[in-house]
Amino acid sequence: MAKSFEEIRADFPILSDEYAYLDNAATTQKPFAVTDAVDAYYKNDNANPLRGLYDLSVRATEDYEAARAETARFIGADAEEIIFTRNASESLNLVAYSYAASTLKEGDEILVAISEHHSNMLPWQNAARLTGANIRYIECDGEGRITPEMVEACFTPKTRIVAAAQVSNVIGRVNDIKEMARIAHAHDAVFVCDGAQSAPHMAVDVKDLDVDFFAFSGHKMLAPMGIGVLYGKRSILEDMPPFLYGGEMIEYVTLCGATYAEVPHKFEAGTVNAGGAVGLGAAVRYMESIGMDRIEQRERELTRYMMEQMADIPYVHIIGSPDPDEHMGIVTFTVEGVHPHDIAQIMNEDHVCIRAGHHCAQPLMKFLGSMSTARASLSFYNNKADIDMFIRSLSVLRSKMGYGGSAVPAG
Amino acid sequence: MNTFYNEILTEHNMNPYHKNEIEGATFTLEGVNPSCGDDIVLQLKVEDGIITDGGYTGDGCAVSQASADMMLDLVIGKPKEEAMRLADIFIRMIKGTASDDEIDQLEEASSLRDISHMPARVKCAVLCWHTMEQMFDAKAPKESLIPKENKPEVCHL
Repeated sequence: MAKSFEEIRADFPILSDEYAYLDNAATTQKPFAVTDAVDAYYKNDNANPLRGLYDLSVRATEDYEAARAETARFIGADAEEIIFTRNASESLNLVAYSYAASTLKEGDEILVAISEHHSNMLPWQNAARLTGANIRYIECDGEGRITPEMVEACFTPKTRIVAAAQVSNVIGRVNDIKEMARIAHAHDAVFVCDGAQSAPHMAVDVKDLDVDFFAFSGHKMLAPMGIGVLYGKRSILEDMPPFLYGGEMIEYVTLCGATYAEVPHKFEAGTVNAGGAVGLGAAVRYMESIGMDRIEQRERELTRYMMEQMADIPYVHIIGSPDPDEHMGIVTFTVEGVHPHDIAQIMNEDHVCIRAGHHCAQPLMKFLGSMSTARASLSFYNNKADIDMFIRSLSVLRSKMGYGGSAVPAG
Repeated sequence: MNTFYNEILTEHNMNPYHKNEIEGATFTLEGVNPSCGDDIVLQLKVEDGIITDGGYTGDGCAVSQASADMMLDLVIGKPKEEAMRLADIFIRMIKGTASDDEIDQLEEASSLRDISHMPARVKCAVLCWHTMEQMFDAKAPKESLIPKENKPEVCHL
C-alpha cells in the first residue's frame, strides 16, 4: 500500500502547518530516510573510502559506491559514468574546464540558451576566454520557450558545444532535450544538459535523451548539501583530462607527473563526500519508493491549484506560460507596484517562504524585461494548505503596501 | 501581523517627495544593488558646501526607495560634512552599533532601524546612503559599478 502524501509529509521533520515552504527550487527539505542514512554512515561505517585496507574502510567504500550505483540507476546511466561533485555548478565547471578547455580551439562556438542559470552560463564564458572560442546565445520567446527549430537555426559549422537546461529555474518550462541533443549530434557537437531542476521532479533517462553530459545537485532532491552529480558518456569521459588534481585520482606519481585513475575516480580528487553520497543514495531510494511518475503527477496538481487561484488575483502576473503543465512546480511572478523583495518579506511575516530576486539568471531577466521577480516553487511534500497560505498572503499584499481597495478574491 | 512595513515606510514609497530629477545638480551618481535589482540615480546640488537640493530616480524595493526619500528629507539644507556624519550614523544603525541618541538625529530614517535584523534587506536600506558617501569621497570612482556589456552574439530569429 503506497503512502499517502499526508503520510509522506510527516517524513519531513522540518515541515509544519505553521510555515509554507515554497522555495523548493532553491533547495528541498530532507526526510528522515536521508538524515538517518547519513547519521548511520557516520555512526557505523565511517572511514576514508577508496584506500583503507581494513574492514571499516571497505564498508565506507561499499557505501559510497552503492550510492553511485543507485544514482546511476536513477537516471539510467552506468555507475562508472557517475562523477560525484559538490553540486550542479561544480559539475558544469568540470565539463567546461576539462572537456571544453581541452578540445575547443580559437573561433569555435559554444551555443548557450539565454534562459540558463548563471551556473550554466559563466563556466562557458570562462571556457571561451581560455580558448578563444565564442559564445552565441539562443534566444527564447516571450514565454521562455526554446523550440528545436530555434536551436537548429543557431548552428554554424563552428559550433562544438550546446548547453541548455532541461527545466528552467525561472520559467519552469521543460525543454525538448532529446531533440536538442539529436540536433547537436547531427552537427558533430556535444550536448550538455543542466538537470538541476528536472531530476528532482520527473523521470530522467540519460540514455534515452542521449545527452553527452547531465549535471544535477543532490540538495535540490532531498539529499544533503555538498553532493552533486555529473553524468558523462563513458567514451567522452575517458578522453578528458582531470579537472582537479590531488589524492585518490592517480595510479602512479613521480616527481614529473602521474598516470591517472580510471573514470570516474580520475575526476574525484581528494577525500570524497561519502556521507553526502550516502544521503543522495537514500534520497534516490526514497523518491523511487514514491515513484517519479507519482511525484510529477502530484506536483502538476499542486501547480494547477496554485496558478488557477493566482489568475484570479488582480495585479498578479505570472512569467512564462499560462498553462500550469508548462511550469514543473516553478511559478515566477510579479505584483504590480510591489517590488519582489517586499513581496518576499511580507510573505515571510505571513510565514510563507518564497524567493525573490534575479534567481541567478540575470540575462534572462533582462531579456524578459524585469530585473527582479518573486518565485514560489513546489515539491511533492507541499499540500493545498501551504498554497492557501500563499494565496491569502498574496491577496492582501498590495493593501499592506498602502494601495487602497486592493482586491481580495471573491469567496 | 505586519511589523516592518509601517506607515512611514509605505508613505515614502508610495508618495515620495524627492523622486524626481533636479535642475543644476552638482553631483550625480548611480547606485546599484545587484542582488535585488535596486538601481537608483542620486542627484545632489551643493552650493557653498551646503546641500541645497536633491532628488533620485530609478527602481527598487520599497526599502531602497523610502530610504532614499527619507535621506533627502534629512540632508537637504545641511552642510555636506553634516550629511556625511548622518550617513555614518545611519550605516552604523544598520550594523547595530549606533547609540539611541545618535539614531534620534536621523529623524524619520530612524524608522528603518529594525532592518539590522534582516540581513537580506540591509543593502537596500543603505544603497542611497552609500551612494552619497561615494559621491563625496574624492578617492572613490564616481561611476556605476555594473560591468560594461560587450555586445554578445544572440541569435535573433
